[in-house]
Amino acid sequence: MTTAAVILVFFIAAAWTEFSPEKIAAGIPRIGEYFGKLFSIEPKGSAHPIGVLALPHLFGGVREPQSIAYWFYRIGTYLSLLWQTIEMAILSTALGFGAAFALSFPATRIFVGSGTIVFVTRRLLEFMRSVPQVVLAFILVWPFGIGPLAGVIAIAVHTTGTLGKLFCELNENVDLRPIDGIRSVGGSWLALMRLGVVPQVLPGFLSYALLRFEINVRSSTIIGFVGAGGIGQELKRVIGFNIYEEVSAIVILILLIVVVIDLISEQIRHRFIGAQSFNAATS
Amino acid sequence: MSGASDIAAERARHPEVFRSKGWPRWLLLGGVFGYLFYLMWLFDFDRVVTDLPKVWVIVRLMLDWTGIAEWDHAELWRSMLETVAMAYVGTMLAVVLAVPLGFLGARNVIPRRVFHFFTRRLFDGLRGLDQLIWALVFVRAMGLGPIAGIMAIAVAETGVLAKLFAEAVETIDRKQVDGITSVGAGFIARLRFGVLPQVLPVMISQTLYSIESNSREATILGLVGAGGIGLRLSERIQINAWDQVAYIIVLILISVAAIDTASRYLRLRLIGTANA
Repeated sequence: MTTAAVILVFFIAAAWTEFSPEKIAAGIPRIGEYFGKLFSIEPKGSAHPIGVLALPHLFGGVREPQSIAYWFYRIGTYLSLLWQTIEMAILSTALGFGAAFALSFPATRIFVGSGTIVFVTRRLLEFMRSVPQVVLAFILVWPFGIGPLAGVIAIAVHTTGTLGKLFCELNENVDLRPIDGIRSVGGSWLALMRLGVVPQVLPGFLSYALLRFEINVRSSTIIGFVGAGGIGQELKRVIGFNIYEEVSAIVILILLIVVVIDLISEQIRHRFIGAQSFNAATS
Repeated sequence: MSGASDIAAERARHPEVFRSKGWPRWLLLGGVFGYLFYLMWLFDFDRVVTDLPKVWVIVRLMLDWTGIAEWDHAELWRSMLETVAMAYVGTMLAVVLAVPLGFLGARNVIPRRVFHFFTRRLFDGLRGLDQLIWALVFVRAMGLGPIAGIMAIAVAETGVLAKLFAEAVETIDRKQVDGITSVGAGFIARLRFGVLPQVLPVMISQTLYSIESNSREATILGLVGAGGIGLRLSERIQINAWDQVAYIIVLILISVAAIDTASRYLRLRLIGTANA
């Protein structure tokens, strides 16, 4: 019964989106052709496209087709843009962490007497994480101009929303005894938070922030599609101008950087934060 | 009660609590904040202040819905439905591809180290690229429209789901498989009756979650021409029709919330737990 409904809805949705087997069959050769072009070049003076790499020329100079240097001849530009992408991720994660940290305390019911404050902060966080960040970046490009600033703010806002919710959940599970202890000697609300809560939750917060950093590196690579800086802006340009071999070069670099960041961040999580609090934070 | 002398006495009794944490800690913090301020300078954060009036202009225009009667509501709602349909079709295609791939990528189904390595790297490659990049490539290869979006969702989500399915298969209880093997079942029968019943709840739960997250993602695929509400949004932003931009965002928020609710209900009905 459920299976039938799932299949029925699939066919209705497929018809709605004009998704038909004929179109796919017609499209697949073109996809193959396109991916073939991504890995082939047409050097000056030669009529036929050749593979982007060939073993005898692999380590040739910049002017020798089919060498790594020829394929990645704009590596300097790419690397500086990749570095900008990572810097965008660092800054937006840090800003989002700061804002989420500040907002997570008023959003936790057990810390705040007034239900209104909790409700308003929670709705604010929900709104921040619900608006797609690429849409936000597209909108912010209008006031802030083309460039990384709009992207950083858009990712920071989204990070605030997602981290704020997670921080809130950690806050709700704190041990209340240190707080009672500080209250009994007359600590103010800020002192309760600073000395009673923060030491308990900070490892979890940092662990979440690192996980978020990995996600933000991915986001920074695409936020440039709407003109908001980073390697995405260059990728959109070369795809638009059909500079095929540069598309594959940039895509490979993006894949590499994502894998490298994931590995580094995993190492940091395991080494500095410890397996125990990491498990507590993700489960 | 607690005078200055008491505090001094406490300080003397527990020196380790009151000791300054030392300069390396402050140097590290200073370095981190210095670097963040350098990045803010690098990315022109002064414009946040100087361009704030422009942001207010947009916000004011967004909140002014006096022209609501003249908007093309039919087109916007159709695009929104198209977005959800794209997410559903794309995710379902990904599920169909990911179930066999997930079994093949599991170490306890095919115990070949090299094979395992290459299937896992294939999954990493598919999900390492964002859906938006896949969409841009498929728009170039297959033309504008929802098909490019569906293909982008299907390809990227295949990588995600195949990895999760493979991990689910790797953590199953061996005893059921052994039991079926002992009565002479073949390879397919072992998977069907030994493995599948154990991993099905995980698969259903993951699929529902994927439909949710892809409905979110699909709203932006139209920005690169891959169909759905994103295309309408991008048109409205380019002609500065900010009131309609706000309306579309509200539309997106409502649809996503509705899908989340529906998926929570389905999860409860199908596997009996609201979250997992």
